[in-house]
Amino acid sequence: MIKVALRGLAGRKLRAALTGIAIVLGVAMISGTYILTDTVESAFTNLFTDSYAGTDAVVTGKGLDISIDGEKPPDPPVDASLLDVVRGVEGVALASGSVADEDSTKLLTSDGEPVNSEGWPTLGFGIDTAPAFAQFNPLKLYEGRWPTAADEVVIDAGSVDEQGWEIGDTVQISTLQPKRAFTLVGVAQYGEVASLGGISFTVFTIPTAQELLGREGQYDAISVAAREGFTEDELVAAIEPVLPKDAKAVSATAEAQEQTDAVGEFTKFFRYFLLAFAGVALFVGAFVIFNTFSITVAQRTREFATLRTIGASRRQVLGSVILESLVIGLAAALVGLGLGVLLAEGIQALFKSLGADFPTGDRVFATRTVVVSLAVGVGITLVAGLFPAIRATRVPPIAAVREGATLPQSRFHRFTPWIAGIVVVVALLALARAMFTDELGTGDRLLSIAGGVLLLFLGVAMLSSHLVKPIARVVGLPAHTAGGVAGRLASGNAVRNPGRTAATAAALMIGIALVSFIATLTNGMKASNREAIEEQVIADYVLTSQDGYTPFVAAAGDALAASSVPDLVTSVRSDAGLVDGDSAEIGGIEPGTIAAAYDFDWRDGDNGVLATLGTTNAVVSSNYAEDHDIGVGSVLTLRSTADRTATVTVVGTFEPPPFYPLLESVNVSSELFDSLYDRPRNRWTWANLAGEPTDESRAQMETAIAGYPDTQLETREEWIDREDADFNEFITFLYVMLTLAVFVSIFGMINTLVLSVYERTREIGMLRTIGMTRRQVRRMIRQESIITALIGAALGLPLGIFLAALVNRALSEFDVRFSIPWAQLIVLTIVAIIIGILAAIMPARRAAKLNPLEAIAYE
Amino acid sequence: MSESHNGAVVVARDVTRRYGEGETAVDALRGVSVNIAAGEATAVMGPSGSGKSTLMHILAGLDKPTSGDVELAGTAITQLGDNALTKLRRDHIGFVFQFFNLLPMLDAKENILLPLTIAGEKPADGWFEQLVADVGLTDRLSHRPAELSGGQQQRVAIARALVSKPTVLFADEPTGNLDSSTSHEILELLRRSVDEYRQTIVMVTHDARAAAMAHRVLFLADGEIVRELGESSAHDILSVMEEVSAA
Repeated sequence: MIKVALRGLAGRKLRAALTGIAIVLGVAMISGTYILTDTVESAFTNLFTDSYAGTDAVVTGKGLDISIDGEKPPDPPVDASLLDVVRGVEGVALASGSVADEDSTKLLTSDGEPVNSEGWPTLGFGIDTAPAFAQFNPLKLYEGRWPTAADEVVIDAGSVDEQGWEIGDTVQISTLQPKRAFTLVGVAQYGEVASLGGISFTVFTIPTAQELLGREGQYDAISVAAREGFTEDELVAAIEPVLPKDAKAVSATAEAQEQTDAVGEFTKFFRYFLLAFAGVALFVGAFVIFNTFSITVAQRTREFATLRTIGASRRQVLGSVILESLVIGLAAALVGLGLGVLLAEGIQALFKSLGADFPTGDRVFATRTVVVSLAVGVGITLVAGLFPAIRATRVPPIAAVREGATLPQSRFHRFTPWIAGIVVVVALLALARAMFTDELGTGDRLLSIAGGVLLLFLGVAMLSSHLVKPIARVVGLPAHTAGGVAGRLASGNAVRNPGRTAATAAALMIGIALVSFIATLTNGMKASNREAIEEQVIADYVLTSQDGYTPFVAAAGDALAASSVPDLVTSVRSDAGLVDGDSAEIGGIEPGTIAAAYDFDWRDGDNGVLATLGTTNAVVSSNYAEDHDIGVGSVLTLRSTADRTATVTVVGTFEPPPFYPLLESVNVSSELFDSLYDRPRNRWTWANLAGEPTDESRAQMETAIAGYPDTQLETREEWIDREDADFNEFITFLYVMLTLAVFVSIFGMINTLVLSVYERTREIGMLRTIGMTRRQVRRMIRQESIITALIGAALGLPLGIFLAALVNRALSEFDVRFSIPWAQLIVLTIVAIIIGILAAIMPARRAAKLNPLEAIAYE
Repeated sequence: MSESHNGAVVVARDVTRRYGEGETAVDALRGVSVNIAAGEATAVMGPSGSGKSTLMHILAGLDKPTSGDVELAGTAITQLGDNALTKLRRDHIGFVFQFFNLLPMLDAKENILLPLTIAGEKPADGWFEQLVADVGLTDRLSHRPAELSGGQQQRVAIARALVSKPTVLFADEPTGNLDSSTSHEILELLRRSVDEYRQTIVMVTHDARAAAMAHRVLFLADGEIVRELGESSAHDILSVMEEVSAA
């Protein structure tokens, strides 16, 4: 029996291969995701481990327990005098202080543009490179020497290579100070890490770093090595007593672990995000496999019946079909596993094209990757093939003697619409639970959404065999009326076996539904974004950092304000802090000018209260006021990351659009803000002109901020357009990832058509003998394919819009617009037609090639 | 070989078969009783719609009678479940079909051995070689069905039916898809299996020459056995057929 199954499979290589592809792509995505994320994670882990190789403990400032959206601000620096104190501790063999800033050091290209403007860390270091302290230095010098003068720097190999710099070149670098020229004296890299991806670093001498990065008389960290006989923990215990209360000592192992964990969190999120797309592709693949097996089982009715008459038991028939799916699943999973290596490179290239390059080292191919890929690939194939296999056992032996015997209906066939109905209802309940139950955790909520969407697709797919006929009547109309005889036959063929057409279309439906879901939801978000900006900002120009969201040096705003061109310039500061003990973003506004650029929608108060801010008052957003049950007259205690506090009284509440509030929840005067924070940064700087903006005035303003190349000046319209463009980039990425699932469904369509052509060999031969041309045969197959694709679109588009509407309701607190992107949906329909045409190419060619005589004689 | 009732290996008593219900019901068999003797070839003839195929399907356990009993090799088969029927087919029944029903991906040898393979058995020493020599396929064993002529394919099918030495071989229009000279060879072969291996055969056919190789010919019309002949010439059988059809 095993031989029968395997031989049968070998006799249907093309079909087996087309079926396998349905799984190959999904498995490749799984293995590619694991390979990529493991490689990135291991690159980071190595980096951190190497960094602390010669260090036993690290002394840093003690940051407040602040967490904004899960992100902690970096630990504050410690006073440089602490270094000598630490050196004096019993058990300390060696100690050295260093400066490390994450995002203020911008390398500039020869055109004056920042090398990295995508939000990756731009590290700036001050390291004691004396040979005595080499063990603390995580960097390895590849070329040249370490900097010894204030105007010398060492830059990471990745940036140097990319820019084509040579030792001795002059490189412009902007920091918290306006840009300055430095001489490149060396090229370095982190330990063995081949590439840091988008991350760049620059090494200055310590005094230069302290000056440029706002750390005069401070170190960000003091690295300590233990004397012989002291463990890391003993060292930490020895240092702790001498530290002031705003500093702490941590063992190097713990420090490396903490950093590894932080990266692990990121890669975990990233991994699940990518695996979700693998899941979609595999789900679609399951449909394709189910359908292909159903068709082949139906076509082999006579074979199964014959096997039964010569003594095969039901169990043996079941086993032979299951064995087939096992072999296909295993082969496909193995191919997918290998293909994952290429896909990992592909995904990385895709991210790189979006400006997000990952650090990498040696490729990591973990056992887990192999196990999960194979298990999932084989598992899904088996599950999808199980139902057809069970149907094969229902073939009665008597079918062997009946001509044109067909597969008997499943015992449950007549219940299908009811089961489908129940599945849809359960799906909707799961979705409703996910979206409208407040107390659910994120994990539960996502699980509920995923399960609900999965069931919804399944239910609609089950129902769709009943929808195929009416839908085909509509979408088949053009073919039927204008397609000639080929079109009429095609529209008839499409509904000949509604279950088959439905399952084929359902596979495509999933991809189309997800794309139209994203298109609809994001269309509303873009509209909301535009409205929110237009409602709030009444300024002519906005100054932001290059990436549009990282706060930039306040000095850039001051430089613009110093220019005589703008009539009015106002800056909005932003940083993390504690308000009444809770983490919050604190804003700093300029009381005299803010109202000319920002249109406050006052809930309680008016523009007049701004003048009263001084250093003792604050205005808060109505949302914050409601959440914390405060109002005008309430007293708040602010605590900055520099651990300075201020007490302020609320003098006004305002209501920014919930979708995109441009001001922080709690706003004080810039004067107070600057006294709380050491290195104040602007989130926005807005500027108004006296007259109409001209090219000339713009050029003058740009000259004024030329020292701060990490900033960009835009009109309000340009600003909105850029935010749209950034958003579109992300949407495009989602679409690219979803094409994987669409590809799988295309293979499903090809498969169904090939099988249908095979089944209709005689019929096509007959049509040819009575005068149908090859061209007409091709057209017939093509039109059937287009009709199937359009059924997929007709099911997928409304489903996607429905899901978008549902999510939109769930996001009602953010006031997201609901707006159907008609143009995009029309494009999607055209894409469906093109998919239909593409899927038909090979099957149509096969059908047209049939020799009429042989086709008729075919048995 | 199990026998009962004076050497009969298949016994049918008052077998009726009704298809459909109510107004549209069709009675394919209206009470047929028959004993199939061991070691004989029995031909079942009759015009289209006479119920001859239905009778064979019921005798072979492929279909269930609406009423009546069938015993095969001493077992009452009408109430048997699927597993017991599968066992019965393995041990006692061989089939030869009009359209051969060979598995296209297996070669002749594999097709012939398939019933034993499925049952997890091996042919007794020398039996397979003797069988393929008898059916004249010795030099065709490695060919696939697509590479064989119709007659050769049917020889493979007959060898497949004989390989497990079944109690009864059921043949459904075995010559229906073959030209006349090939038909003759196939009938010779079937007859030889009766003469040499004492194989019991039940054959449904509308071909008088095919029926002429049988020891006994049953004529069905409108779901009843209306005539019976012993070993007869094709000519005699044809004239009875004409009578039966005219009636």
